[in-house]
Amino acid sequence: MTKSWFCLSHNVARIALLAGLTAAGTAWAQFTQSPLPYAYTALEPQIDAMTMELHYTRHHKSAVDGLNAQIKNYPELANMTIEQVLCQVSKYNTAVRNNGGNHYNHEIFWKVMAPAGQGGKPSEVLAAAIDKAFGSMEEMRKLFSAAAAGRFGSGWAWLVVTPDKKLAITSTPNQDNPLMDLPEIAVKGTPILGLDVWEHAYYLSYQNRRGDYIKHWWDVVNWNEVNRRYEEAMRQ
Amino acid sequence: MEHQLPPLPYAKDALAPHMSAETFEYHYGKHHQAYVTNLNNLIKGTEYENKGLEDIIKTAPAGGIFNNAAQVWNHTFFWNCMKPGGGGAPSGALAEAINKKWGSYDEFKKAFQASAVGNFGSGWTWLVKKPDGSVDIVNTSNAATPLTTADKPLITVDVWEHAYYIDYRNARPKFVETFLEHLVNWSFAEANYAG
Repeated sequence: MTKSWFCLSHNVARIALLAGLTAAGTAWAQFTQSPLPYAYTALEPQIDAMTMELHYTRHHKSAVDGLNAQIKNYPELANMTIEQVLCQVSKYNTAVRNNGGNHYNHEIFWKVMAPAGQGGKPSEVLAAAIDKAFGSMEEMRKLFSAAAAGRFGSGWAWLVVTPDKKLAITSTPNQDNPLMDLPEIAVKGTPILGLDVWEHAYYLSYQNRRGDYIKHWWDVVNWNEVNRRYEEAMRQ
Repeated sequence: MEHQLPPLPYAKDALAPHMSAETFEYHYGKHHQAYVTNLNNLIKGTEYENKGLEDIIKTAPAGGIFNNAAQVWNHTFFWNCMKPGGGGAPSGALAEAINKKWGSYDEFKKAFQASAVGNFGSGWTWLVKKPDGSVDIVNTSNAATPLTTADKPLITVDVWEHAYYIDYRNARPKFVETFLEHLVNWSFAEANYAG
C-alpha cells in the first residue's frame, strides 16, 4: 500500500524543516509541550483547575519526557515533527506509539478548547460540511458524543478530515489516533476536533459520569481553532 | 437470572487511608453497580439471560455483555484480594511457587509493580497459576480476564484510573506499591492457589 496522503503532506513539511536545520547547523530541539493557551482555571466549571493542572503538568508532560527518551533508540526522531512520527509509527516501538500519540492528542486537545463563550462558532464552510456529512450540527454532536461515551476503557473521540476530504467521526483506544499507520485504526484522517475520555480527564469533577463530562465539554469547544484546522486539512 | 452486586467483604472505610471510603463510594457503589445493572439490562431476552456469570464471561463474544460481565467478576475478585491490615508475604505452596519463578518475594514484587505500572490504558494486572502449577504475572486490558484462559487468577490489582485517581491522582506507581505493602490479601491468594 502506498503511503497515506497525510504522511506525504507531512513529508513536505519535514523537508522544509531539514533544510532549516542544515542552514542553522544545530541539532533539532526535542519535542516540547506548547504553553497552555489559557489559565488552569479558565475552563471552569466545565473542567476544574486541578484536573487541568494534573493533566497538563503530569499526564501530558510525562508523555513528552517518554517520547524524548526514545530519541536515543531512534535518533531520527529528533529531526521529525510529531505528525511525521505518527504517520509512520508502525516503524517504532510501543513507547513511541504510546508517548507520541499521547503528546499529539493532548496538543490538539488544549487548543480545541477555550473558556465558555470565547470559542466562536463553526464557520460557514465547516457548518456546510458538517450538514453534508451528518445531516445537521445536532446530529454530528450526537454521533461524536456517542463515540466518546461508547469508547470502553481509555481513549479519544475524533472528528477528522479523511483522505478523500470528507468529515468522519471515530474513536481510538488509549493514545492511538487517526494519523497512525496501524491496521487497527479503522478511520484514518487528520483530526480537527478531539475529546479525551481517559478517566484522568474528568474523574475529579465527574467521577463515573462520563456522559455529563461530554455534555458539558461542548460548552468549551474552541470552534475558531476547529475551523482553522478544517481549512488547513482541506488544503493539504 | 438477575445478577446482584455482592456485599463488600469489609466496610467502605476499612482500607483507609490506603484506599479511601470515597473511592469505595464510587468504585463499588457506582462503577461496580453500573456493570451489574448494565449486564442485567443487556442479557434480557438473549441466550445469556439464564446463564451464570462465569459462563457468560467464557462464552460471550467481545462487546457489551462480555465487558460488563467480566467487570462484575473482576471487581468482586479484586475486593477479596484486599483486606484491612493486608500486605506481608505469602506462605506455603504459593510462596514456594513464587520463589521458584522469581527467586524471592522481593523480586516478585518488583516484577508485579513493573507490570502494573506498564499496563498502558485501563486494565488489570494478575498473579495467575498456570495449568502446570507454576505462577506468572499477566496484564489484561479493559475488561479482559484470565477466566477465559487456562490460567487461574490468584491476585489482581485494578489499574483503571478510577481505582486510584481520588486517592493517588496520576501516581499509579505509588498506588501499586501501597497495594502490595498494605492491602494485598495473601491468604485469599493461597486459598486460590490450593483450590
